[in-house]
Amino acid sequence: MSQLLEVSGISVSFDGFKAINNLSFSIGHAEMRAIIGPNGAGKTTFMDIVTGKTKPDEGTVLWGDLSRNLIGMNEAKIARIGIGRKFQRPTVFEDQSVFDNLMIAVSNDRSPVAVLFFRPKAKDIAKVHELADTIGLTDELARKSGELSHGQKQWLEIGMLLAQDPKLLLVDEPAAGMTLGEREHTTDILKEAGKTRAVVVIEHDMEFIRRLECKVTVLHEGSVLAEGSLDHVTKNQGVIDVYLGR
Amino acid sequence: MKNSFFMKNPSLLVFLGLLALFTLGVTLMSEAYGSGLVSTSFVKTLGKTLCLALVAIAMDLVWGYTGILSLGHFAFFGVGGYMIGMWLMYARTEIIVVNSLASSPIPATASEISDAIGSQIFGVVGSSDFPAIWMFADSLTLQLMMVVLVPGLVALVFGWLAFRSRVTGVYLSILTQAMTLALSLYLFQNDSGLRGNNGLSGLQNLPGADDIPQSVMSIWFLWASALALALTYIATSFVVSGKFGSVIRGIRDDEARVRFLGYSVEGYKLFVFVLTAIMAAIGGALYYPQAGIINPAEIAPIASIYLAVWVAIGGRGRIYGAVIGAVAVSLVSTWFTGGQAPNINLGFYEVKWVDWWQVLLGLSFVLVTLFAPKGIGGLVDIFTGRFSPNRKGAPLGPDAGSLREEEAEK
Repeated sequence: MSQLLEVSGISVSFDGFKAINNLSFSIGHAEMRAIIGPNGAGKTTFMDIVTGKTKPDEGTVLWGDLSRNLIGMNEAKIARIGIGRKFQRPTVFEDQSVFDNLMIAVSNDRSPVAVLFFRPKAKDIAKVHELADTIGLTDELARKSGELSHGQKQWLEIGMLLAQDPKLLLVDEPAAGMTLGEREHTTDILKEAGKTRAVVVIEHDMEFIRRLECKVTVLHEGSVLAEGSLDHVTKNQGVIDVYLGR
Repeated sequence: MKNSFFMKNPSLLVFLGLLALFTLGVTLMSEAYGSGLVSTSFVKTLGKTLCLALVAIAMDLVWGYTGILSLGHFAFFGVGGYMIGMWLMYARTEIIVVNSLASSPIPATASEISDAIGSQIFGVVGSSDFPAIWMFADSLTLQLMMVVLVPGLVALVFGWLAFRSRVTGVYLSILTQAMTLALSLYLFQNDSGLRGNNGLSGLQNLPGADDIPQSVMSIWFLWASALALALTYIATSFVVSGKFGSVIRGIRDDEARVRFLGYSVEGYKLFVFVLTAIMAAIGGALYYPQAGIINPAEIAPIASIYLAVWVAIGGRGRIYGAVIGAVAVSLVSTWFTGGQAPNINLGFYEVKWVDWWQVLLGLSFVLVTLFAPKGIGGLVDIFTGRFSPNRKGAPLGPDAGSLREEEAEK
C-alpha cells in the first residue's frame, strides 16, 4: 500500500539557520506516529511545511494515492484536501459557543456564497453532537469556548479537526498544560482517531507517548535521528545524547 | 422556533419598530404632511442621518465583525453620490436646455442639445465636452447600475490586491486611507471630468419634478432612506447571524485558525469588502440628493476616519451600535456646528463650539476607547444583564482586530 504522506529531502533555512535539513518522512493511511526531539529540532516547522504555512527551499511533499505535490498550495486548500492541524496553543474561536466552533469546522462547502446561505441540516447538528460526545464536551455546547478550561479548549480544537474529516491529523503538543486525567482523555481521543486516519503527534511528555503505543520519530537539527518503537529509540545512543540525557 | 431568524437577532424587531415610529412621527410633524413642527431643512438633516446610519452599518460589518479596519468606506459613499449626481445633473440640465432651445426658430439637433448641456455643466471648468465617464448619464437605469458597479469594482480590485498580499491590521488601514486620498485628489482636478472642486450641484431638484415642493420631496427621501436603512439592517442581520457570521468573526479574532479549517480567508474578506462598499454607495446615492451638492471634499480621508469614530462610539460588533453612533454623533455635530449650542464665555476666553466641537469629539473618542469599549450600545447590556467575560485583560484572539475582553459578552 502506498503511503498517505511522503515527505522527501526537504530543507528550509531562516536567515541562514537551517531549521529543516534534508528531512524525509512518510506515514501510512491509518497510522499513529509521535515526533519527539529537543527544542529547535524543527518539529513545528515540519508541520508548517506540510500545511503550507512555510515554503521549503527544496524537496517534495507528496499526498495521497495520486501523489499530489502540496508545495505551492495555500493553507486553505491543503486543509480542504484532508490535512487538519492543531496548534501548540489552543486556538478556538473564544467569542463563539462550542456548538458554533464545531459547526464552522464540520466539512461542508467552504465558499462564501454557499456559507452565506447555509442552514444546518439535521445531519450537521447530529454530527456536532456526535463530536461533542467524542471529546466529552456535550454539556458545554452552549457555552462560549473562551470560558472553557485549558484542557477543554485543547479537546475542542481536536474536535474541530475531526469535524473536518481529515485523512491526516497533525497535532502539536496536545497535552501541554494538562492534568493527568486530562492527558489520559486526550490519549483516548487521539487513539480513537488513529484507528481510521493517520495521526502525527508532536509531544515532549514521554509518558504520554508511551500510552499512544505507536512508532516514534526523533528529530534533531532538522533531520531524522532515529525511528522505531519508543523502547527502540530510547535505547539509541544518539537520542540519549541529544535529547534524553539532558 | 428557537433558531428562527428573529430569535437570533433580537434587536431587529425593536429596531424596525423604532424606525417605523420615527418615520411616521417625522411625517406627521412635517410641513408637507402634518403639523409643520419639523422644518423641511431638519427633515433633510434627519433623512441624511439615516443614510449615515446605513454607511455606519456597512463599516460595522467590515470592521466590527470582520476585523478589517477600512478607512476608505466613505469614499465608496461619495462615489455612490457622484454616480447618482451625474444623472440628476444631466437630466435636469437637459430639460432646461431643451426648453430654452424650443423657442429658437430652427429646431435644435441632438448634437446641438448635447453640446449645450455640456457647456452648461462643464462651463465652470472651462470645457464643454462630455468626458467618457458621462456616457451613461442620460439613462437613469444605467446610472443606477453604476451606483453599484463602480464602487463594487473599485473595492474588488483594491481588495483583491490588498488581501491577496495578506496585508492586515494597521498597514491595511493606511492603504485604504491612501486609496481615499488618491481618489479625492483625482476628483479635485478639473480634467477628472466631474467638475473638479465645484463638484456636482443642484442635486436636490429632481428632473421633471419642479412642481413638487421641497417639503414633500424631503419626506419622500426620508421614507426612501428609512426603507434602505431597514433593508440594510435586515441584510446585515442575515449575514452575521448564520455560519457566515461565525466565519467572519473567526477571521476577526483568529485568521490563521480559519485558514487551517479550509476557508479561503482572502475570499471572505474580499466578499465582505465589496458587499460593504456597495452598501456604502447606496447610502451615498440617497444622501447626496438630500444634501444637494457633492464635491471632492466629501471624500477627504478624514470623513472615513469619522466613520470609524462613529462605530467605535456606538459600539462595534453590534449592528444597532453602529446606528446609535452615527445618529448620535452626526446629530450632536449638527447641533454644535450649526451655531445652536450656546457659546461659553470664560471671561478671558470664549469657547465657540463651532471650533471646539472637533476637540470634544476627539476627546470623547479617546474616552470611549479607554473606558467604555462597548460604546453607547453597551448601555443595552446593562439592561439585558449581559456582562463581559473576565479574561484578565486578554483579548479574544491573537489578531490585531480581535474583540477585546471589554467588548465581548459573557
